Amino acid sequence: MRHHLLLRVITKLLVGPIILFALYVQFHGDYSPGGGFQAGVIFAVAFILFGIVFGLSKVKQVFPPWLVHKLAALGVLIYAGTGVYSLMLGATYLNYSAFTPDHPEHGQHWGILIVELGVGVTVAAVMVAIYYAFAARPPVISDEEW
Amino acid sequence: MTMEFILGHLNYWLFIVLMMIGFYIVVARGNYIKKIVGLNVFQVSVFMFYISIGKVEGGTAPIFPVDMNIDPNVIYSNPLPHVLILTAIVVGIATTSLGLALIVRIREEFGTIEEDEILEIESKLQLEENSTEGSSMGGRA
Amino acid sequence: MASASIIPSLSIIDQLPLLTIVVPMIAAPLCVLFGNRHIAWLLAFIASLVSFLFSAHMLLQVIDGDVLSYHLGGWVPPLGIEYRVDAANAFVLLLISGISTVILPYARQSVAHEIKKVSHTLFYCCYLLCFTGLLGVVVTGDAFNVFVFLEISSLSTYVLIAMGAERDKRALTSAYDYLILGTIGATFFVIGIGFLYIATGTLNMADLAVRLADMGDNRTVQAGCAFIVVGMGLKAAIYPLHLWLPSAYTYAPSVVTVFLAATATKAAIYILLRFMFSIFQPEFVFELHTLTWIIMPLAILAMFAASLIAAFQADLKRLLAYSSVAQVGYMILGIGLATKISLSATIIHLFNHGITKAVLFMVVGAFVMRKGSSFIKNLNGLGKQMPWTCAAFVVGGLSLIGVPGTAGFISKWLLIDAALEADLWWLAMLIVLSSLLAVVYVWKTVEVLYMNEPDESIVIKEVPMTMLIPMWIMALACIYFGLNTDITLTSASVAVNSLLGGGAQ
Repeated sequence: MRHHLLLRVITKLLVGPIILFALYVQFHGDYSPGGGFQAGVIFAVAFILFGIVFGLSKVKQVFPPWLVHKLAALGVLIYAGTGVYSLMLGATYLNYSAFTPDHPEHGQHWGILIVELGVGVTVAAVMVAIYYAFAARPPVISDEEW
Repeated sequence: MTMEFILGHLNYWLFIVLMMIGFYIVVARGNYIKKIVGLNVFQVSVFMFYISIGKVEGGTAPIFPVDMNIDPNVIYSNPLPHVLILTAIVVGIATTSLGLALIVRIREEFGTIEEDEILEIESKLQLEENSTEGSSMGGRA
Repeated sequence: MASASIIPSLSIIDQLPLLTIVVPMIAAPLCVLFGNRHIAWLLAFIASLVSFLFSAHMLLQVIDGDVLSYHLGGWVPPLGIEYRVDAANAFVLLLISGISTVILPYARQSVAHEIKKVSHTLFYCCYLLCFTGLLGVVVTGDAFNVFVFLEISSLSTYVLIAMGAERDKRALTSAYDYLILGTIGATFFVIGIGFLYIATGTLNMADLAVRLADMGDNRTVQAGCAFIVVGMGLKAAIYPLHLWLPSAYTYAPSVVTVFLAATATKAAIYILLRFMFSIFQPEFVFELHTLTWIIMPLAILAMFAASLIAAFQADLKRLLAYSSVAQVGYMILGIGLATKISLSATIIHLFNHGITKAVLFMVVGAFVMRKGSSFIKNLNGLGKQMPWTCAAFVVGGLSLIGVPGTAGFISKWLLIDAALEADLWWLAMLIVLSSLLAVVYVWKTVEVLYMNEPDESIVIKEVPMTMLIPMWIMALACIYFGLNTDITLTSASVAVNSLLGGGAQ
């Protein structure tokens, strides 16, 4: 999309704030509406937008596909690992209160924060992976036609 | 069937109409993408159905104030259906993207995403098999 | 937040209901993280073995009628999600994890032959997810949780089936068809759960059972019941809803077919049993009509129509797929009769058919590996070239027919017993007659394997030991459970008792 100067400039300006907003939604999720799912999608949007404007090869340099796959798996592991940690403390799976037995509310905060982080990582990676999977297929319309 | 009955169950009517539209598209359309669209409409109708039953008359959003001073007079809507549907939406996204991915692969292999053309190709393959490997009861019996 | 101010210290034994599914669930992302196909296989095997040992331990714990209840996140049911294991689920858990453990050593060679190397890691990841989903469907005591696990297993199943596209591009369209039908089925199931939730305000199965006890006349509940039966019927491939099954089984990679045929429909049948007999009370008037006038005729139709279609197939894989539809008919018939004996028959048949079909499809996988094709015409005289594989097929075939001394006999005998007990002698006749149809298609294959002259121009070797041993473990299991019926009969009768009484506790 070399001939669309306006789009390129705006995209460069937007990518940063989008990621920042994603992080806000992510970590403010236990106080206000938001959380891993929404944040993950917003985070992925930054990369997808970058990819649409600058091309797939450029975005793959920033966020290589192998990393995307590993991150998708890592997010699930963070989630599951939180549960396993509570198992090791002798509580039931995902019982966050066990993290800080003296003050269960703190444990709940920690637990939901980590779990949501796992969700966010996975959702962001999966969204980007879906975009890669579809965009990597040979295009039917050439760039100049639209 | 009084007017009250009809209006009182408005969310159910809308759910049924939307669900049937979606279902009809899945069954009647031959284009694979349109089928997925129909499937989405079908699923979304169920999501709306769930969300609508979570509404409590006069209820507000089920978020407690930060200082946890809960006023017993405030009625909260039921958050459980929303939580369930959040999960169902994610499942729906996964289904849609998997369906679309399959369509991409089908188009690469078959060169078309129209059901009748694909069935034609498949029955040709079946006929070839029958001539070399011995006949079998084919079709979708 | 006051959920768990006092945290009980739980031992590993208390955690078993959860660990059974969490181990494969964690192994799945680990496969991707390591990104090596050998490690992925090893992880899958270990996870599956661990699940198997855990389920076996749980079955021993609940065999005298106990119930294990596990509260996820420390939230007490009915509010929190509960994993509830009684004899009925423990039995199905053992079947699923056991079959998976036996299949995996077999899978290694077969997958290497049928799927390109790049996809192996992802294959095992999907396999583990599918395995987790099936175990989760069975272990959970929360109605909505069933849907979530069902979709985990279904979505990975679609991917696994589509991996057959290496061999035949029709795998893609059959995966697509299954995706559409499977999603409709799952969505119907969710609608049904929604209706139950409107009527009762709870999602916990035990709690649902208590609250639904005197709500049999409630139309919302009846509609919910209908949606759930149709939705699960699609997943279980009850006769007119079976259209996805034959193509999906035919074009999926051999290992996937073995796994799905032996476990996936079984999990759906278990859910049907659980909903019909634990959650809705058997006295539920509307349900009894459904059972007599809808389920039974469909079951009989399945037994005959599907067997007949199977007899006319040229592809052995498709033949066995249709035979699966017919065998689901027997299980549904047991549900339709709705007596204690018939339900035991259903549960035992679920188990016996699982191991029988595992043997048969494993043999087909071996044929595909050595001959490159599963068409009966290409199997001429393989009995001489692959003696052990073909002998396993004969054992499996006999069990499928229900010859005395094999596992299949026990369940059919119980089913006939149940029919006679209900004074339906014509039904008993029909069961015997439909078994004769099974003789037709099994003999058709055996004849080609042993009577026809082999093609001497190509040297066909026996498949490697890693494939033969799993095959024969299953084949010997077919014989063992046909001769020694104590284990299956006791488990099944305890399972039926806990199904029928499960809600009351």
